[in-house]
Amino acid sequence: MGQTMAEKILAKAAGKKEVFPGELINARIDMALGNDITAPVAISEFGKIGVKRVFDKERIALIPDHFTPNKDIQSAEQVKLMRRFARQQEIVHYYEVGRMGVEHALLPELGLVLPGEVVVGADSHTCTYGALGAFATGVGSTDLAAVMATGELWFKVPPTIRIVFQGRLSPWVSGKDLILYTIGQLGVDGARYAALEFTGPVISELNMDARFSISNMAIEAGAKAGLIPPDDVTRQYLEGRASRSYEIVLGDEDAPVLQEFNWDVENLEPQVSAPFSPANARPVSHVAGTEIDQVVIGSCTNGRIEDLRQAAALLKGRKVHPRVRLIIIPATQAVYLQAMREGLLEIFAEAEAAISTPTCGPCLGGHMGILAEGEVAVATTNRNFVGRMGHRQSQVYLAGPAVAAASAVAGVIAHPRELGEVK
Amino acid sequence: MSILKGKVWIFGNDIDTDAIIPARYLNTSDPSELALHCMEDADPSFPGKVSPGDIIVAGKNFGCGSSREHAPLAIKEAGIACVIAESFARIFYRNAINIGLPILESAEAAAFLKEGHQVEVNLDKGEIMEISSGRRFSAVPFPPFMQEIMAKGGLINFVKEKVKKSE
Repeated sequence: MGQTMAEKILAKAAGKKEVFPGELINARIDMALGNDITAPVAISEFGKIGVKRVFDKERIALIPDHFTPNKDIQSAEQVKLMRRFARQQEIVHYYEVGRMGVEHALLPELGLVLPGEVVVGADSHTCTYGALGAFATGVGSTDLAAVMATGELWFKVPPTIRIVFQGRLSPWVSGKDLILYTIGQLGVDGARYAALEFTGPVISELNMDARFSISNMAIEAGAKAGLIPPDDVTRQYLEGRASRSYEIVLGDEDAPVLQEFNWDVENLEPQVSAPFSPANARPVSHVAGTEIDQVVIGSCTNGRIEDLRQAAALLKGRKVHPRVRLIIIPATQAVYLQAMREGLLEIFAEAEAAISTPTCGPCLGGHMGILAEGEVAVATTNRNFVGRMGHRQSQVYLAGPAVAAASAVAGVIAHPRELGEVK
Repeated sequence: MSILKGKVWIFGNDIDTDAIIPARYLNTSDPSELALHCMEDADPSFPGKVSPGDIIVAGKNFGCGSSREHAPLAIKEAGIACVIAESFARIFYRNAINIGLPILESAEAAAFLKEGHQVEVNLDKGEIMEISSGRRFSAVPFPPFMQEIMAKGGLINFVKEKVKKSE
């Protein structure tokens, strides 16, 4: 009987020939990650274990990205604690403001997470690296502390739910639309404890940035991981980037899966998830015309260069609607620089968007664009729970960068094709 | 020690960790400060009315969303004795076990219990009893490995012993 990709990666990390769904295993961790919210708790727990040094200073990444550049004294103290620990432990992958980026955009960009690896992060969107064919999953701070001390962690081997996307995508439809559609179909707990695996001809056509968007939101369906089998697109992305040698792990054709869905997405419209659940996905036309106050383009879901290119294609020669605030946040310093070189930042500034240094910021209601009572936003972020971007009575509609940019110009939720020609 | 008695507070399905502890309060990890905002975005009046020993009862997928351990920490520090739910999101489930917040999975109990009910919980046996009616429910048992972590009071103590043994 064959094994899925998730099972094979976990078996390898556990030093076993094979593993089965439901089995509890101890796996070796290739990379562990914490941020300025979760690492301080992990550091304090690490101190209680009684080991002096971290298991491997090159396999821990500490990224201050959530409330940075620090929004207040308390968050500055949190980062100070992290920075001190990083220096004391000689953590190689600690990145300061000006060099850092949103963690799940930064780590792949630096080639720190690779196919076939097991990665854990004290951040739920760690599943992003599944796009590279890594088994990557979010854990809590105490789990991170245990990994920092021992380099290992326990896992329950998840069953796999396979999603096969058939057809060809329409213009303005990309990775974000596919994952919002998927979460809408499965529900917020439809893949609870399972590993999602995304395949099919549509995935093969997608660039890495679109794939990262898909894997990033696997957690929003409750999944433990969101894997995409590596192919030439993956290899090309990793060329000159991978920080270590790696081995691609693919599943067996005959591996049993818990469920398999075959979806024809040929005529899929751009998707929008209405408040207050990522599973409230619907075609953009169903919510078109909804008045908005703010648009955010960025985050670990959609702050990469391809996302900014899509937004720029729609914003070029246009202005943000007078009633709307558009905030654009390149996810990393490298994305920022690339966007500058390509002239995208100029397009955004001309369109009267605010451009921010990399930060998670408004995505989790931290800073850089908090919503007041009654305000409505379209965001390329990943969650639209009650109070996520600010006041309990504010609302967030989740969308891809194309719908977000088109809506910023229209002042209402809009399909990108409705903008018409630029005069 | 492992028998708890408390008053029930009811919450619905898919209670996310942003509702349990909004990120606007995450510029600190001080549990006593977090506790002041426990469940605030699910029910703004909750921090003012919860008493030590109370029990949260919720529907499916409790604790979905962010991996913030601040969520079970806030619940524990607010004095909540345990959380009973139809099901838990996986990161919350891990975090609760790791920090020693008792959780019990029982769809039947979650469906039966109402706000204000008094319940008795036997953590060792995984039994839940509604006191006035005497109705009993069995929670889904934890695998032995997780019981071991819980018996040691959380993952840190568990790892501490393991590290000591290997030295």
